Amino acid sequence: MNTIMQLLGIMITASLVNNVVLSQFLGLCPFLGVSKKTDTALGMGLAATFVITLASAVCGLIYKFILTPLDLTFLQTIVFIMVIAMLVQFVEMVLKKYMVSLYKSLGVYLPLITTNCAVLGVALLNVQDEYNILQSIINGFGTAIGFTISIVILAGIREKIYYNDIPEPFKGMPIVLITAGLMAIAFTGFAGLR
Amino acid sequence: MDNSVKKGALGLKAGTPAERIMNGLVVENPTLVLMIGMCPTLAVTTSAINGLTMGLATTFVLALSNAVISLLRKVIPDTVRIPAFIVVIASFVTLVQLIMQAYLPAMYTALGVYIPLIVVNCIIFGRAEAYASKNGIFPAFFDGIGMGLGFTISITCIGLLREFIGGGTAFDVQILGEGTVVPGAVGAFLSLYQPVRIFILQAGAFFVLAVLIAIMNKVKADMEAKGKDTSHFKAGGCCQAPNAKKTFEKIEKKEAEKAAESKESEVEE
Repeated sequence: MNTIMQLLGIMITASLVNNVVLSQFLGLCPFLGVSKKTDTALGMGLAATFVITLASAVCGLIYKFILTPLDLTFLQTIVFIMVIAMLVQFVEMVLKKYMVSLYKSLGVYLPLITTNCAVLGVALLNVQDEYNILQSIINGFGTAIGFTISIVILAGIREKIYYNDIPEPFKGMPIVLITAGLMAIAFTGFAGLR
Repeated sequence: MDNSVKKGALGLKAGTPAERIMNGLVVENPTLVLMIGMCPTLAVTTSAINGLTMGLATTFVLALSNAVISLLRKVIPDTVRIPAFIVVIASFVTLVQLIMQAYLPAMYTALGVYIPLIVVNCIIFGRAEAYASKNGIFPAFFDGIGMGLGFTISITCIGLLREFIGGGTAFDVQILGEGTVVPGAVGAFLSLYQPVRIFILQAGAFFVLAVLIAIMNKVKADMEAKGKDTSHFKAGGCCQAPNAKKTFEKIEKKEAEKAAESKESEVEE
């Protein structure tokens, strides 16, 4: 029971309290780039969820069973980025071959995720916070859910403000950033949940 | 080589150290003009000293990885260049990580996960792809120095601004607000300042950057009105993944197709 509560705590902290985009600034590129429409944002979020969860599991296993016994933990950055890049390629190939419908809906987003700093960031944070494999997977999943929540909300707001009269210099990226800033203020309200 | 000297940034001879450094600092400033590498820009600019350290670490990686990639540009086959670049960059990042852990442990803890995340900073990858893989080792090295210093100065300034408004300090020295180092009547006046805490919080980062990009948009619009070339300005682009641009285009195409389809079905009804 205690472990379940602990895992739930990790999940809530990762998704809401320490929201990956709004409080840690990881994965800003897809957050700003693929948030024009809610359904594309949702697709991006789901693809990221899939990859981040898988990457936390694989990186956690590699760190525990290869890097730690060989005393090579200082190589974590190089190893993790290569593993993530390979993993994304692999996932893309598997989806293309065996799950065509899923590939059609998520495939476009996969190349964007390869060097998404959220994936590497979560893998590194798992090591830094000394999570075990199960905790790493939960943390990765929670982070990705947080990413999905924030990108879908932002896309919803962007759809609504599309026809608004925005001052000329603020059109485009600045107004999106201001929206994100307001969302960040709202998300600080979750700090009490910790 | 033809006889006419190729002109680079600010009319200087292309490829010289001075031209490369000015190019990075002014003409193609990565943060303010090219608008790349936004993740660290937002994350570590809570204070000037954080920005400065992050900037210098990035400069170190950028200059050396540019030099090595330029050295290896004829050896690396085109098809596997992306993983090869990543390995070179990641090696230098690990070097920085170990050096900082040894000599600047406090700073290392403060910047945390953002130091290893220099690997995925798009400035570094962008320069490797756009400059180092096409030019000689000497210009590539100075291109890295210039770009890195441009990045350092921009994020130090943003950090200074946020720190000053949000906490009344500059490089951790209290200037405004309670406990000011300024003595006498002026100090008494300055200590009345109430820090605007939101500038240090996460939301402040988004607001500061939004205003900064808005100012750049205005500058760009004014330059266009005067008929100057603004083709190197990128308005809020983000090039994290090497093929991100292509992917974004694909996604937009897909969206357009969907919109067209739904329109057609409406017409049929």
